[in-house]
Amino acid sequence: MESTVLSVTDFSAYFGENQILKNINLDTGSNVVTALMGPSGCGKTTLIRCVNRMHELIPGATVKGKMYLKQDDVYAMEPIVLRRKIGMVFQKPNPFPMMSIYDNVIAGYKLNGIRLKRDELDTIVERSLRGAALWDEVRDSLHRKGTFLSGGQQQRLCIARALAMNPEILLLDEPTSALDPKSTSAIEELIVELKKSVTMLLVTHNIAQAARVSDYTAFIYLGELVEFGTTEKMFTVPKDKRTEEYLTGKFG
Amino acid sequence: MNDHTTIRLLKDKVFRGTVMFLACFSMLPLLLILYYITRNGIAVINWEFLTQLPRPIGEVGGGVFNAVVGTVILIILSSILSVPIGITAGIYLSERSEGKIANIVRLCVVVLQGTPSIVIGIVAYIWIVAPFHSFSALSGGVALSIMMLPVIIKSTEETLKLMPYHLKEASLALGVPYYKTILKVILPTGISGILTGILLSVARITGETAPLLFTAFGNQFMNWNLFKPIDSLPYRIFYYAMSPYPEWHAFAWGASFILVVVVLGFNLIARGVAVKWKVQF
Repeated sequence: MESTVLSVTDFSAYFGENQILKNINLDTGSNVVTALMGPSGCGKTTLIRCVNRMHELIPGATVKGKMYLKQDDVYAMEPIVLRRKIGMVFQKPNPFPMMSIYDNVIAGYKLNGIRLKRDELDTIVERSLRGAALWDEVRDSLHRKGTFLSGGQQQRLCIARALAMNPEILLLDEPTSALDPKSTSAIEELIVELKKSVTMLLVTHNIAQAARVSDYTAFIYLGELVEFGTTEKMFTVPKDKRTEEYLTGKFG
Repeated sequence: MNDHTTIRLLKDKVFRGTVMFLACFSMLPLLLILYYITRNGIAVINWEFLTQLPRPIGEVGGGVFNAVVGTVILIILSSILSVPIGITAGIYLSERSEGKIANIVRLCVVVLQGTPSIVIGIVAYIWIVAPFHSFSALSGGVALSIMMLPVIIKSTEETLKLMPYHLKEASLALGVPYYKTILKVILPTGISGILTGILLSVARITGETAPLLFTAFGNQFMNWNLFKPIDSLPYRIFYYAMSPYPEWHAFAWGASFILVVVVLGFNLIARGVAVKWKVQF
């Protein structure tokens, strides 16, 4: 595998007494898409929320084990420093409703009080929107509110907002679950395109989606990492019986 | 159609009719108030009435300029005192839906809202008027700000509670610290609701008389000093209406007309703000 971006070792997560994740071990290389797949409630969303430490915002949430983002120990950093290095896209598109499209893209800079020159900001906005395949659609309405866009466009705007910060890894938490099929395929094409430059961790409960866009797939079941390998291999010759049953639709 | 159905349909009609009639009936008091105030008050309203000071009885003319200015000063003063505290408390309550302190604060807000305004006036008297040995605009402002607080706190809390959680997540995931998330994302998104609450609380205190009786007290001269007694429209109405002179009664109607127009104006602006600045998700 290429140089490791995210390395997870013996990682467990809890809500109070409840163990959500059990001794997860997982490494992802750079510029690949790793899909986390599994039935609802298996802990896949919890796992990516542990990567940018959004998990601990919920009262009673704790973790055990090690997680490294490149050389940095994720749990030894200040969360606000860590989160600036990690982009996240949520299930529901969540652009800031009081901001224009332009301001939404640079929200990470503006809200964090990072001052840049106007032309630098212009460059970031154009680059990020092009990266999110949204530039051509919104180039003439950059100063309109982001909430006027369609659901799929809003989600791409959220991707642009994450890309603007030059994230070391992009976390996608079921980014298409609130979208119609057409917008979904637009986002999927975008993910495939983006992997040239960004490392991504994609949570999905959609098996076909994992097959379409990911290079590696992790199958998580009841908080356990059942199987992890290249998508191709897992979908053709799954090693574990549970993986096979999940892929063939016996449960989930 | 048989008889049974006809009777049921008739009952339905009677019910609809009654409900609509009583709903319209509830508008009657307001319409009557507006009618009387306009009929009796509009006659004395002119430029002189708005821009001149009261004159002693026996002299013709004069106006309520000092009361208008006093009311404006009292509104500004009480807003300065109550808005920052009210919004901060509202943020705290919306962020802490559980918790002992939050529940105590919430209970206190409800009790404060139900506290008779005259009692708040007495408290302001003890706090400020008694130590300074003088009625003052400041004490009136304090009394009114205590009345504004619960309205602002409640409306801020309710507005911010309606903000979707994913909005906060979006900001936090960008590495924005918690305090900036609240101040730069959550508050601006809820600004219309918060402003509406402030305007409604201003509308509420503009007409308050009881808490001003022992605090701002009233003043027939113009006063810009916050440590001296100050006039206000409700106090002027009270003072004129209690007098035995018909000319002053007419002035009381005129001042009432101005007061009602101002309060109505605040309410309409509040509605406008609520609709126009509402954030679309």
